[in-house]
Amino acid sequence: MKIPLIYNARSVLQRPMSTAFTALGIGLVVAVFIGMLALANGFRAALVRTGSDLNALVLRRGADTELASGIDRATASILAASPHVASGADGRPLVSPEVYVLVPLTRRGADTGTVANVVVRGIGEAAWKVRSNIAIVAGQPPHSGRAEVCVGRKMAATFPNTGVGQTLHFGGRDWTVVCQFTAGGSAFESEIWGENEQFMPVFRGEVFQSVSFRLKDPAAFEEAKRALESDQRLTVDVHQESTFYAEQSQVLGRILQVLAFLVTSIMAVGAIFGAINTMYAAVATRAPEIAVLLTLGFHPLSVLLSFLVESVLIALVGGVIGILLALPINGIVTSTTNWASFSEIAFSFRVTPGLLLAGLVFALVMGTLGGFFPAWRAARLPVVQALR
Amino acid sequence: MRFLHLVLANLGRHKLRTLLTTASVALALFLFASLRTVVTTLDAAARFGSARRLVSTNATGIVFPLPLSYANKLRAVPGVEAVTWANWFGGRYGDNKRFFAQFAVDPQSYLEMYPEISLPEDQKQAFFRERSSAIIGRRLVDVFGWRLGQNVTIRGTIFPGDWTFTIRGIYTPTDAVINDDMLLFRHDYLEERVGRPGIAGWYVFRIDDANHAAQIARTVDGQFKNSSAATKTGTEQAFNASFATMWGNVSLLMGTIGLAVVFAILLVTANAMMMSARERTGEVAVLKAIGFSDRIVFGLVMLEAAAIALTGALLGLGGAKFLYKATNFNAAGFLPGFDVTTSTLLLGATVALLLMLASGLVPAIRAARLPVVQALRRVE
Amino acid sequence: MALVEIREVDKTFQRGSERIDVFIGLTLDIAEGSFTALMGPSGSGKPTLLNLVAGLDRPTRGSVRVAGAEVSAMRPNQLAPWRARHIGFVFQQLNLLPVLTAYQNVELPLLLTRLSRKERDERIRLALGVVGLEDRLSHYPRQLSGGQEQRVAIARAIVADPTLVLLDEPTGQLDARSSGDVLQLLGRLNQEFKKAIIIVTHDAHAADAARTVLHLDKGRLIERQGAAV
Repeated sequence: MKIPLIYNARSVLQRPMSTAFTALGIGLVVAVFIGMLALANGFRAALVRTGSDLNALVLRRGADTELASGIDRATASILAASPHVASGADGRPLVSPEVYVLVPLTRRGADTGTVANVVVRGIGEAAWKVRSNIAIVAGQPPHSGRAEVCVGRKMAATFPNTGVGQTLHFGGRDWTVVCQFTAGGSAFESEIWGENEQFMPVFRGEVFQSVSFRLKDPAAFEEAKRALESDQRLTVDVHQESTFYAEQSQVLGRILQVLAFLVTSIMAVGAIFGAINTMYAAVATRAPEIAVLLTLGFHPLSVLLSFLVESVLIALVGGVIGILLALPINGIVTSTTNWASFSEIAFSFRVTPGLLLAGLVFALVMGTLGGFFPAWRAARLPVVQALR
Repeated sequence: MRFLHLVLANLGRHKLRTLLTTASVALALFLFASLRTVVTTLDAAARFGSARRLVSTNATGIVFPLPLSYANKLRAVPGVEAVTWANWFGGRYGDNKRFFAQFAVDPQSYLEMYPEISLPEDQKQAFFRERSSAIIGRRLVDVFGWRLGQNVTIRGTIFPGDWTFTIRGIYTPTDAVINDDMLLFRHDYLEERVGRPGIAGWYVFRIDDANHAAQIARTVDGQFKNSSAATKTGTEQAFNASFATMWGNVSLLMGTIGLAVVFAILLVTANAMMMSARERTGEVAVLKAIGFSDRIVFGLVMLEAAAIALTGALLGLGGAKFLYKATNFNAAGFLPGFDVTTSTLLLGATVALLLMLASGLVPAIRAARLPVVQALRRVE
Repeated sequence: MALVEIREVDKTFQRGSERIDVFIGLTLDIAEGSFTALMGPSGSGKPTLLNLVAGLDRPTRGSVRVAGAEVSAMRPNQLAPWRARHIGFVFQQLNLLPVLTAYQNVELPLLLTRLSRKERDERIRLALGVVGLEDRLSHYPRQLSGGQEQRVAIARAIVADPTLVLLDEPTGQLDARSSGDVLQLLGRLNQEFKKAIIIVTHDAHAADAARTVLHLDKGRLIERQGAAV
């Protein structure tokens, strides 16, 4: 015989404070769980989206970041002429040689002592087409020959003087902001873009840091990689763009994930303890009722399941509370330094349905663990004693 | 305290509950202390540095180099006692899972500038003598198992190729400003292999009087303002501080989580206290009938809450302090000098106190106000 | 002057919209060294009278004096210490704290005094000796029988040498044998140790043990038997 759920529901309502506290405790754990993983998620996502499977990124051999790399014009030309490079609608190769440097800028509202190293990327016309998901959302692309720059949307949000028409100062010169762009939420949105020829004399001279191109046959990446790396005229490493940027998210991404699991595990233990306390007390107060149920003929297993279900129900409520608490942070933009590339990256917290589900499951687990032993005790209640 | 055994007896009534609640408090405070220590460690790192050392970097950005010729010009600036420079090498070792800093330095001037890098004289001399030698921080011995005299090969990223160094010295930092996991090798070795005249990543120079720091910094920057590479000069502290700020909103994040943790545990503790209190109304009534005043009864309940909070605090805060010290934890190099500060312990104790008040106050007041007659009423 | 003087006491309870008059104009004396049983049907207010005497409750009107003190007029923060000094109370059940041993339970009233540990120890052993349980010092209530629990409760009630010992249905939960033991003990306390005792009871045997029996009905004293003074 199954014990009707209404019994559990009513009993839960009879101790509102206790139930509320336990549920809230579990809710907080779930919220922190979702929140921290959303942070790790957002960071990872921003970097993963930066690269595309369709593109290859070429750096000098041995360089692990764009910053450390150097590619001269000759190399860039040879790459542009390669048969592995796709052509655009106009017949020109979809290849983008780029300058990459970091400049110190002060974040909005911070004092001048605290700087962030912002990526300044030199581009040619092809970059807008080669790099993925780029869309200009305000203003016009920079004019050739002028000290004009474009600013990524997220960068515009975190730094001052980044509106269209305003002036940025770096590298000892003034630069007019002529447009803002989005890039599907990727790391590019934290960058400043301008013409290669404008940046070269200011920074590192006549050398690019990277060349990225659209693969003619994305499935044949390995072949293209082998061909270019074994070319005697070049000393380069060819990376798949998507893999490259994803790897840049490894260190920090992993740290954030580990931190998330550590913190929430410890919190979860506390919440489970709370659930155990509540359920034990519930069993103790309701001992006479339980005894009656057992005497009436309900199987001890039914009693166990009944209490377990009660604990899980409370935990589920907690899980929902946790989800409601965590949802609002979705989309909040934050920024930090990606130590792998030493550059500033802004990204949004990213709460996914999968994460919400995980949170709910987590709550369920906590409820089950917390309710198990008390439920066990309820099932094994010595009837005679309880009825005295 | 003659009533202490009453409090302890009450706690022993449900040993499991008391244990679980105390453990929750301990865990929460452990977490709290850990999170706060991340913040304090970053803060402290921002304050490392001698007041008499200044750092000059390229004004365009820290990733841009400065000419070596600046060294002599810096020496000539009034108030400057000694000058050295360093280059960030940024190589990878092994599977690159453990990050550590590698610098190419001018051996004599660098070690003279940083007496905090302490190593035996004979090792120092070996470093001065051998071109391909390197000195490493003590921690790297534990991390990688390196030994004196061993050859280590590092893959260059900025400076391509494989670079082999012979370890001729192991240093111990005498001050937290120096990380204990760096690898320092010789600038002339770098120059020789690269085949080009060398450059400096940044300059460090010592001045005669800390009070002149701002003025000298201005002089230096003014001097190079119109050169090929303009400089940005500041104190060593400011230089270190700028790295700490690169973490961005970490403080806020840690603080928020810390709050959530504390609040969650508060709920657990308060719940446990309330449950205990509810079960004991009859006994409280008996005590009052015997003649225990409202005040004493209030105190007994608060003492119970205090016992849990205090034990939890000792275990959690003490545990954190001890654990990190004993394991010499530094988050794989990211958080050097990770140590739970006294201020964190005090703050944790305050949290424990608040926990005690918040969880104990309501049951204590209830007990104090308990109308004895109602509680004693029995079925006739 | 009688030990307990109750004068024109009214006691009314408000239960929701209902008004219950427990006593109306109750007047009675209880003499020093007496052993009084309060009897009467349910609702006659017997435990309420006990509460008034102990200062646990206040009359709606009238006065209650115990050992010369105007208990009904005392302030709440004066009552507790007064009660600790003058009153020993035994309830029908749940007297003892289950987490404390017999010894520790008996010690409770002494914790409110300034006696040293040694002095407390003497009195506790004495009290437990009087009730015949000196060999059960370290037992917990769950290890004692019902009768033994009540005797420990009595030991606790007398350990601080109170002016008056009040018992509310002390034999209500006990079997005949244990009841007998308890009543015998009470008799001894009264005759040998000259303790004034008031017990509320249904039990006819308990009434026999007492020397004065007061019958209450609907808040009025309707009969008085036994020795006067």
